[in-house]
Amino acid sequence: MEKFTTIQTTAVPLNMEDVDTDQIIPARFLKATTREGFGDNLFRDWRYNSDNSLKEDFVLNNPTYSGKVLVVGKNFGCGSSREHAAWAIHDYGFKVVVSSFFADIFKNNALNNGLLPVVVSPAFSQKLFSEIEKNPATEIKVDLENQTIEITSTQEKENFDINPYKKTCMINGYDDIDFLLSLKDKVEAFENKSH
Amino acid sequence: MATTLFEKVWNAHVVQSIENGPQVVYIDKHFIHEVTTPQAFAGLDKRGIKVLRPKQTIATADHNVPTKNQLLPIKEALSRKQVDTLIENCKNHNIELYGLGHPFQGIVHVIGPELGITQPGLTIVCGDSHTSTHGAFGAIAFGIGTSEVEQVLATQCILQTKPKKMRINVDGVLGKGVTAKDIILYIISKISTSGGTGFFVEYAGSAIRSLSMEARMTICNMSIEMGARGGIIAPDEITFEYLRGRKFSPQNFEEAKEKWKLLKTDDDAVFDMEYNFDASDIEPMITYGTNPSMGLKISEKIPTNDDAGLEKALDYMGFEKGQSLIGKEIDYVFLGSCTNSRMEDFRQFCLFVKDKQKAANVTVWIVPGSKQIELQAIAEGLDIILKDAGMELREPGCSACLGMNEDKIPAGNYCVSTSNRNFEGRQGQGARTLLASPLMAAAAAITGRITDVRELF
Repeated sequence: MEKFTTIQTTAVPLNMEDVDTDQIIPARFLKATTREGFGDNLFRDWRYNSDNSLKEDFVLNNPTYSGKVLVVGKNFGCGSSREHAAWAIHDYGFKVVVSSFFADIFKNNALNNGLLPVVVSPAFSQKLFSEIEKNPATEIKVDLENQTIEITSTQEKENFDINPYKKTCMINGYDDIDFLLSLKDKVEAFENKSH
Repeated sequence: MATTLFEKVWNAHVVQSIENGPQVVYIDKHFIHEVTTPQAFAGLDKRGIKVLRPKQTIATADHNVPTKNQLLPIKEALSRKQVDTLIENCKNHNIELYGLGHPFQGIVHVIGPELGITQPGLTIVCGDSHTSTHGAFGAIAFGIGTSEVEQVLATQCILQTKPKKMRINVDGVLGKGVTAKDIILYIISKISTSGGTGFFVEYAGSAIRSLSMEARMTICNMSIEMGARGGIIAPDEITFEYLRGRKFSPQNFEEAKEKWKLLKTDDDAVFDMEYNFDASDIEPMITYGTNPSMGLKISEKIPTNDDAGLEKALDYMGFEKGQSLIGKEIDYVFLGSCTNSRMEDFRQFCLFVKDKQKAANVTVWIVPGSKQIELQAIAEGLDIILKDAGMELREPGCSACLGMNEDKIPAGNYCVSTSNRNFEGRQGQGARTLLASPLMAAAAAITGRITDVRELF
């Protein structure tokens, strides 16, 4: 996993609630056997018409907005456990997703793939949307070490929570599997005790 | 200290705790299928390691498989490749695969319980969010992403943070025509798609106790739709009798049963959140929107509140605020999915459609949850009942629940479906899904319209 460093970029606003994983990556794209290329199909049916022409009114197709931060409404990522949703968002180019509320499995999948889910208060979420709408060149700074998210132009800032273990993994690019593999003896001891 | 059923099972499986971090939880059974495993196995191959416990890994092909002519090569190239990749991975890692052509093949959450693999007190995971189904047996069962699948394949453990505790009590007697599917749709409509997030839910109460194992599975199956990590129901005599004599049930059954009896929440245990529902308030349900919480009692009308989410959903579905759904013409009916594709669902559906005729304007897809169920349905003559009604019994797989195989609902078409999600485009691009019970699906298949099944009894 890539190390997560502080980022400061413009942001893309997707001001919708309850965005489910079927929208993030429709099931027909889950047939891949590798991890690459999912970015092409991110929000596929919201980005493209059935004849593959672009849907002009969808935010990802609007050149006014760009950046490595995706700001979304509450309950983002509800639905399926498909990790492909996190892969699609990360592969597209986003490093951070900001919301007032994430669905559980999606949040975990994001953390496991170097995609930082930042939970902000509903008020700060509203602030982000209105600032970005007012000025699409608004820059957002996300500092994982200090657990802060800031609107650089106004210097409005908020702290966000993150599981300390996951934070260490993201900052250092650590892999859960390496850690678990190092516990082999403990696992065998557990099995012998319970069987 | 008083503990809940969930805590008893969880605590018994913790190998190690990480300070300020998740716990290392041992996994007893790992179910796998073709969609969420290719990258996980590739990860293992890259590390040069083998699956640690192949005998605790149970594999099937279900999401991509056709539901007709299953023994012919899969037509769609990507689907075929994914299924072939699973076959190869299982061979390389010595995992027994219940694939196409195997008598145990079927939807992963149907075959586990019917084979007696799912048992009380176990920890069970799978790269599929409806893994919560297995909680009906008093097991801790939840869905995981592909990276976590890799964790379990490599180490038989997973890193997880312990969720909070919720109990949902449903007490009282269910009305005629009201089924487990209606109970869970009702609950989700009250709690919302995020109301359970961060929690593991225990279902309790006299109405839950009165349910069969298959009905309990329907309830636990949709726990994820309220955002919960999983759902669990304490095992009892109904559970034990279901498990007696199954293929992989414990050899020393009576001894196992004595241990299982201890698996229940202590009387004075405290939950972080608790809900109480009255069974008599539940009616046959149907969804009108684009997430499972957008459901109503068949006698109710679509809400009228000022809400952007509601408006977007109604626009997609072609419905209007304040409308009743009764009488709306539909195009497809789908009886299937890990939510409702078991023998009781089939018997209920067939009892209703017996000696009746399918409406001319409806295409009906009947997909059994497993090969064993397909054969049992034939043994009971259900295929003849269906044929006489103008319907056809197909072969097992996830099918139209998410349309990864050929069974896709065309754009704009309405489908009354016994599956678990009505998200935009779920059953096919532009498809309009209405979630309902097998009974409501049967009524719609006969009348060709959304119908209150109780009117036709």
